[in-house]
Amino acid sequence: MSAFASTDQPDVRRTGSPDVQPAGTSQAAGDSSDRPRAVTARTSDYWLTLAGSLIGSLGLVWLLYEEILPFSGWIGFVASWYVAYLAMFAIVTAIVHKPLIVVDRLWAAIITGAAGIVGLALVSTVGYTVIRGSAAVHHLNFFTQSESSANPQTAPLTQGGIKNAIFGSLIELGIATAVSLPLGIGTAVYMVEVGGRFARVVRTVVEAMTALPDILAGLFIYTFLILALGVQKSGFAAGMALSVMMLPIIARSADVALRVVPGGLREASLALGATQWRTVWRVVLPTQRAGLATAVILGMARAVGETAPVLITSGASTFLTFNPFSNPMNSLPLYIFTAVRSPNPKFIERGFAAGIVLLAMVLILFGAARFLSRQKVGRR
Amino acid sequence: MTTLIDMRPAGSAPEPDDAPRPIRRSLSLADRVFRGSTTGIGAVVLVVIAAVGVFLGLQLVPTLHHYGLHFFTEHQWNPQLNILGISAVLIGTVEVAIIAILFSFPLALLTALYISEYAPSWLRASLVAMVDLMAAIPSIIYGVWGYFLINPHALYLSRWINEYLGWIPLFHVQGGDPRAAIFTPSAYGQSPFIAGMVVSMMVIPLACAVMLGVFQQAPISEREGAYALGSTRSGMIRTVVLPFGRGGIVGGTMLALGRALGETVAVLLILSPVFDIKLRPLENGGITTASLIANYSGDATSGQLSALLAAGFVLFAMTIVVNTLAAMIVTRSRSGAQTEI
Repeated sequence: MSAFASTDQPDVRRTGSPDVQPAGTSQAAGDSSDRPRAVTARTSDYWLTLAGSLIGSLGLVWLLYEEILPFSGWIGFVASWYVAYLAMFAIVTAIVHKPLIVVDRLWAAIITGAAGIVGLALVSTVGYTVIRGSAAVHHLNFFTQSESSANPQTAPLTQGGIKNAIFGSLIELGIATAVSLPLGIGTAVYMVEVGGRFARVVRTVVEAMTALPDILAGLFIYTFLILALGVQKSGFAAGMALSVMMLPIIARSADVALRVVPGGLREASLALGATQWRTVWRVVLPTQRAGLATAVILGMARAVGETAPVLITSGASTFLTFNPFSNPMNSLPLYIFTAVRSPNPKFIERGFAAGIVLLAMVLILFGAARFLSRQKVGRR
Repeated sequence: MTTLIDMRPAGSAPEPDDAPRPIRRSLSLADRVFRGSTTGIGAVVLVVIAAVGVFLGLQLVPTLHHYGLHFFTEHQWNPQLNILGISAVLIGTVEVAIIAILFSFPLALLTALYISEYAPSWLRASLVAMVDLMAAIPSIIYGVWGYFLINPHALYLSRWINEYLGWIPLFHVQGGDPRAAIFTPSAYGQSPFIAGMVVSMMVIPLACAVMLGVFQQAPISEREGAYALGSTRSGMIRTVVLPFGRGGIVGGTMLALGRALGETVAVLLILSPVFDIKLRPLENGGITTASLIANYSGDATSGQLSALLAAGFVLFAMTIVVNTLAAMIVTRSRSGAQTEI
């Protein structure tokens, strides 16, 4: 039966295109005359079965769900449609094909559907925040004024803003990065370049601590810095809590980045008579500059959105302050948290708008990390 | 009499100017400073990180001294009466985490399979970036999304489950008769079920990325071998990709479990605090360790604070155990350092 070969063959990408899977394609890449034949993965039989099942199940479920059975609600409708579609797709395929292919197509439909659910969740998360926040975010005063200039509960959206929270977030992030960047990369250099039994202990502990629940970092700083040492609830305390969060993340991803530096490069440098220090400074670190930057930026992206540590360490002020040591300091996640818990719809709208700003910050950091990590691939 | 062994070939005569240069074992000053300072940094980081654990752990002593072993069996957390116990809190923590895993395990596994096996190759890099982006979205955003968008819709799912499976104690909802004349949404909303659902969205990218990593490493020769023997794509996945990626599947799920146990803000927003030991996840109310700490640390007396820290230590111990196991399973399934010139 030829349908077996034509309908459900894998497409040729695994052996064909060297840009997808470089590991297994070394012979195919060098020889241009030996191109694999193009196997079309899907036949018209497949597409027609798919379309027919989709439309047929939609009609059936519409009839049963909306007209005959006592159900309502679009979530239930979509769920029943998907189940009916799977059943119909399987039955129609079974008319022509062997059970093996029915199972194969069913799995493909289930897997694609699950990926669709996750994609939908991501899109709805971002989209919902943007839609709910768009009313407040397009006023310029939202960025140029602080909370103290207008009561966010009562003032119209054209007054008041989150300038203090934006700057608070940036200052806290700056403190956290200033603390955890040298410590994190220094630890990674120690674990990779110096090594030894103690380094293995450090690595085990660092890996275990990437799992530290964020609230515990805050609780530690709260009891240690604020209660025991008498530091005020301030941007500095929040920055320290964030750095406790960030440090293991940066150390771990920098460790991964440094570990893939080829040993041959190190040996070449040492063989030329360089000291170990010069080897690390001139060879190892520059080779992975992009990877290290990615590690730091991903740590920053994680830290800027952390709410729980900030919640119990920073306090919240409504005015703009640049002094992280003496005054409480608001930040974006904290502002969002306060805003959405209030019963006032205006304030909730402002919270969503602050969510857009926070998402934009994360996206910028994330995009920078992607850009840098792509450069690394290009330079090789 | 020397103990040196002559390694040169027997015939070759020693040439006078080919003597090996003296090799000193001692490091140069710069290297000693370098090694010393990086070791110092490593030690500082170790001390800071270990201090968190030790600091939390030490609080168990005054807590147990003050509240006794009832601290682990008491279910109330009532600062006014000074009756504090963490049994309901711990059960709630595990309950939410397990619900999150029930949702996230199939979704993460199937999404990873889609990206590594089914997605068209031009789309794959963007999909991997989307998973990374999903991991980077702050938890407060997920929490707000869950509170305002998921909660009002998901309670109908809770009611539906309760309507048809309510005779099973696990799916029972007190005060929420699905056939009542007036529907009471508050009985179903803000439940551990919905909180777990939202937490699952946060841990899916974590588990998915780990699974994706191992699936993409499944050896190409074995994949091609399965196809050459006449396997369909799903057959190839079942016989090659899944067995190869078993370590990543288990490890990724446990990493997700560790994160789900410690999730704070989303749970704090969604779950309304109720300190009862009840295994009715569809019902309104519950509490987790992380949300307990976030709720009560602000105005706790010193005795209560050390009780909170002790609760934090129990949470910490749980996540450390889960994560260390996960890391062991993941590293056993694949090794990181392979690149050599």
